[in-house]
Amino acid sequence: MSAAPSKARNTKAAARARITAVTSGKGGVGKTFVSCNLAAALARQGRRVLVLDADLGLANLDVMLNLAPKITLHDVFTGKSSLQDAILPAPGGFSALLAGSGMVEYSRMTPEVRDQLLKVIETVAPRYDHVILDTGAGISDVVLYAVSLADQVLVVVTPEPTSMTDAYATIKVLASTQSRVQVQLVVNQTRRHGEGRAVCLQLQQVVDRFVNPGLAAPVRLDLLGQVPLDIAVRDSVLRRQLLMESLPGSPAALAVAAVATRLLD
Amino acid sequence: MARSQPASRPATPALQLDLALQLLRQAGHALPEGTPGSEAWLQSLIDSLVDMSSRDALTGLANRRSFELALAREIDRVARAGEPALLLALDIDHFKSVNDTHGHASGDLVLKAVAKVLLECVRPMDMVARVGGEEFAIVMPNCAPAFGEAVAERVRLRVEALPVSIGLSQQIHVSVSIGGAFAPQWVRSSPALWIERADIQLYRAKAQGRNRVCLEPSAVSVVSAEEKALLFGISQFQDIE
Repeated sequence: MSAAPSKARNTKAAARARITAVTSGKGGVGKTFVSCNLAAALARQGRRVLVLDADLGLANLDVMLNLAPKITLHDVFTGKSSLQDAILPAPGGFSALLAGSGMVEYSRMTPEVRDQLLKVIETVAPRYDHVILDTGAGISDVVLYAVSLADQVLVVVTPEPTSMTDAYATIKVLASTQSRVQVQLVVNQTRRHGEGRAVCLQLQQVVDRFVNPGLAAPVRLDLLGQVPLDIAVRDSVLRRQLLMESLPGSPAALAVAAVATRLLD
Repeated sequence: MARSQPASRPATPALQLDLALQLLRQAGHALPEGTPGSEAWLQSLIDSLVDMSSRDALTGLANRRSFELALAREIDRVARAGEPALLLALDIDHFKSVNDTHGHASGDLVLKAVAKVLLECVRPMDMVARVGGEEFAIVMPNCAPAFGEAVAERVRLRVEALPVSIGLSQQIHVSVSIGGAFAPQWVRSSPALWIERADIQLYRAKAQGRNRVCLEPSAVSVVSAEEKALLFGISQFQDIE
């Protein structure tokens, strides 16, 4: 990672967490699923991980984790509560900072949201090895800003044309507005072996043809892994359990664990 | 000051409106109609005050306050309806030297003349505002990215061609630098960020020598038919246009 300030990522003594923004363009492709199961997989490997619900308008990390937080980011933003009190232990052995509902007023980018989010991330970064920002759908200013705070950006995409189009649009915007040279890709809900690789190559081809010629430094897509379509995922989401906890041996859980390992490389 | 009034003074229904009426008269506003003190008369008075407080006193354009309101409204509309809107930030080039050379009265004439020509070259639905000393802004709802450059360039040329009479026999010409940014479809923003983006382009226009237009490269989030064709393989994606 060109943006990484330190090479000492793999040691526990890292001065500051590696910040990963998880985004997708299109909603409903498994952003939050990937964010929290990736966090659990990293936690299993001994990392201190915090997941921050950066989908300020339509937060649903609490639903996914079956948590009913009394204190949320909203209380931190409004000064009603300390940041420390808002950080909750989540199933899976990581920490979570939930946006909760009532954040609609923060779903639009204002200098206030910008400052608050930056302050929160700067405060938590020294205390963890990984901070995962689970962003909202779309390419709103809040999403773009959250991504701009991250060392690396992970785009979740499914093999569906609508998801690929929105992932491509996201990559294009990130390349032109944030000069990203590397974008990590997780292809979710694949139906056959090698489909993730194919989606990545297809996206890279269009990026090379239409995006890279206009850039100072070309964008390279890095496939972190593919997560197979797995009925266990649906079941765990419906039961509001973390797949990594309830069925760690399922194909999808094993695939997310492999993504976590690649992330640590 | 309320403090100077005796605390024991009885509450009076009479409103102190002299200053309000005086200000309206001075601003050339029609005075409220109807029976003084009636509800209709008061509403009409309030409407006039609202109008006055949303305008710039010198040029009659929208002032910064009403401009920012319009911008917030426009962002909401763009996000809901998916129509692109353009914000132009304009600055009169070397305005300080106009003031220094010809005096502030001439500077005011230039501001008024520029304000007038700006109003003439936009559509009725567009809002032209004076947001600072020699700074203007135009909000253009439903302006397609493809037309942005042409629209801004037309404004620039009209100002460049405008002779401003500053004396009986003296005319001067001024120019404007223009920066522009679109509030792209389905990308939510805030007035502050939108202004900031247009301002960045205005600085670029100034840095590149003034009397020119710089628009933020737009439509980066739009995926063209060609891009889609390559993304899905040409045979799968048929262009039906």
